[in-house]
Amino acid sequence: MKSERWTRWRDELFGSPLRSAATLALAAALAWAGVHAFDWAVLQAVFRPDAPACRAVPHGACWGVVAEKWRPLLFGRYPYESQWRPAVAVVLLSAMTVFSAWPRSWRWWLVPLWLAVLALFVLLMRGGLFGLDFVPTNRWGGLPLTVALAVVGLALAFPLALVLALARRSQWPVARTLATTYIELVRGVPLISVLFMASFLLPLLWPAGWQPDVLVRVLMGLSLFVAAYMAEIIRGGLQAVPRGQVDAAVALGFGRWPVQRDIVLPQALRMVVPALTNNVVGTLKDTSLVTVVGLFELTGALSLALGGDPTWRPFYLEGYLFIALVYWVLCFGLSRYSVWLERRLGAGRR
Amino acid sequence: MRSGAAGRPPPRRAAWLGWAVQVLLVAAVVGGAWWLVQHALDTLRSRGVRSGFDFLWQSAGFGISEGWLDFDAGQPYWRAFLAGLINTVRAAIPAALLAVALGTLLGIGRLASHLLVRGICTAYVEAVRNVPLLVQMLMLYFAFTQLLPDSTEAAEWLPGIWLSKEGLSMPWPVREPGAFWPSGLEWPERTAFNVTGGAALSPEYMAVVGALAFYTAAFVAEIVRAGILSVSQGQKLAAQALGLTSVQQLRIVVLPQALRVIVPALTNQLLSLTKNSSLAVAVGYPELVSVANTSLNSTGRAFECIAVIMAVYLLLSLLISAGMNRYNARVALRGWQ
Repeated sequence: MKSERWTRWRDELFGSPLRSAATLALAAALAWAGVHAFDWAVLQAVFRPDAPACRAVPHGACWGVVAEKWRPLLFGRYPYESQWRPAVAVVLLSAMTVFSAWPRSWRWWLVPLWLAVLALFVLLMRGGLFGLDFVPTNRWGGLPLTVALAVVGLALAFPLALVLALARRSQWPVARTLATTYIELVRGVPLISVLFMASFLLPLLWPAGWQPDVLVRVLMGLSLFVAAYMAEIIRGGLQAVPRGQVDAAVALGFGRWPVQRDIVLPQALRMVVPALTNNVVGTLKDTSLVTVVGLFELTGALSLALGGDPTWRPFYLEGYLFIALVYWVLCFGLSRYSVWLERRLGAGRR
Repeated sequence: MRSGAAGRPPPRRAAWLGWAVQVLLVAAVVGGAWWLVQHALDTLRSRGVRSGFDFLWQSAGFGISEGWLDFDAGQPYWRAFLAGLINTVRAAIPAALLAVALGTLLGIGRLASHLLVRGICTAYVEAVRNVPLLVQMLMLYFAFTQLLPDSTEAAEWLPGIWLSKEGLSMPWPVREPGAFWPSGLEWPERTAFNVTGGAALSPEYMAVVGALAFYTAAFVAEIVRAGILSVSQGQKLAAQALGLTSVQQLRIVVLPQALRVIVPALTNQLLSLTKNSSLAVAVGYPELVSVANTSLNSTGRAFECIAVIMAVYLLLSLLISAGMNRYNARVALRGWQ
């Protein structure tokens, strides 16, 4: 097997004079780029949090900016001495996400477990109970906020998306029209306009004394937006369930709702899990937009940490590369998971 | 047949129930919307905020630094919005063309029978599509405005192409007054202070177009790859048997068939590219959302400004969908429509 692959690669790379020439040219270009990148990122780089040393080497990366600023980058404006709380909270939320990624955990108790974990997350972040200091949401920031926005936004969007998808395929014309209008309207406008709406217009709808804070409003906007896209994915799954399944269930005496709940939805959702995972990746990346309406998640935390600090401001690029790496690890991990899951669910069906 | 699974005829006794639920639904939606609007208007009135679209004819009080439509502070808001919309289009069209060109190359490259080509294209796609567009745009903007030489020391990268922190300058055709055809090229020149002449692109514009093009190209590549894979292997073998070269096989046999799969998905990507151009507000390129945001802050008319953004994007989305649907009808299999 291994030697077969080697033979194929050798033929691809050096099978003809033209191929050999292309291989050599590409290899030379890659080597040139690789050497320069390595020189910049490692050989000439400064890893100590030492700004004068960074300025002394114009052709080397200054990873010292990450060494110096990693706490404001990861936790935003959260009070420094309490930053163990967002650290524990984000580990908790990530662990729960990884656990739910495992198909064996897909049982009814996963929902109450999630609610408990989310309650614990809010308790840790917000405090005010059990001797934890109260930290208002405008001090939350960095990675915990990014993960929380994605997870809670998606969790709120899912039930709405389910209702929208079922309504769009409903036999009631009114429900169908309403769902279709909502989905198409939301998918036609950019997320940023929805976030502006959440930030500027929602406050007008509440009585003056009882204003939900900006995090809650942004979460509402995000989930209303994500739900439209998710509804279309779920609808795709619903359409792919063969009609015979419904007929068979009706013949067995299932009613209208039990058919959907016990026969159609489980099959439909199973089919769209990979597409839903893509949607999760998209939502995770989209959370970076909330920085435009004044929430300091990972992207906003970077501007906050470096923008106001003339000592470290010249090294923004290294900061961007660092948060890009964090996003990349999360998103690439999710997309690998989607491939694995697709294979596993597919294997069960064949 | 409207819907597959849910479309079976309802049991008779449920018919009146269904209508009752629908009437209630309409009542709830209309009533809810009416209440929300009234409540919002009350709140606005109680806070003494003026509402209405009349501000569109007042003078804006801010200028727009770049774009095809000249705009200065004395002109009315509606013209600012129009200049913003034109700037959106000015960024979205080149970005879309670049994204489709680069994405097609990358998509074909991911299927190439050459390990290095495949590897490079795959690495590009995986690196770019897993990082938020906003981060890439901010990164490019920082690189353009901080890492390039100062305008006094602008570098000539190619003959006539100057790059500096002020942006890019390139040769541009000039016309004599009254003439239709350009009489020649105007070449930019470096003076003691900056680069003058020719056409100039601001760093904001380059960051927006570059980030949109690089990011969308990764998704276009995946669509092109899926499209090519959807063409059955037999087609390629038959083309080979006819003696076509590998470029001919791709151009004459595979790509025209792959287009049927590619075009609908590509439409979605062009729609998201247009919507994503709104992120330009983060680097200060004066497109529609950026102009609306400035107007919102100076007039306080949040509802009106957001309504303008949404209406314009809905219109743009409809136009792009309509255009791409016409193109799709041309590439689709005859007799399937």
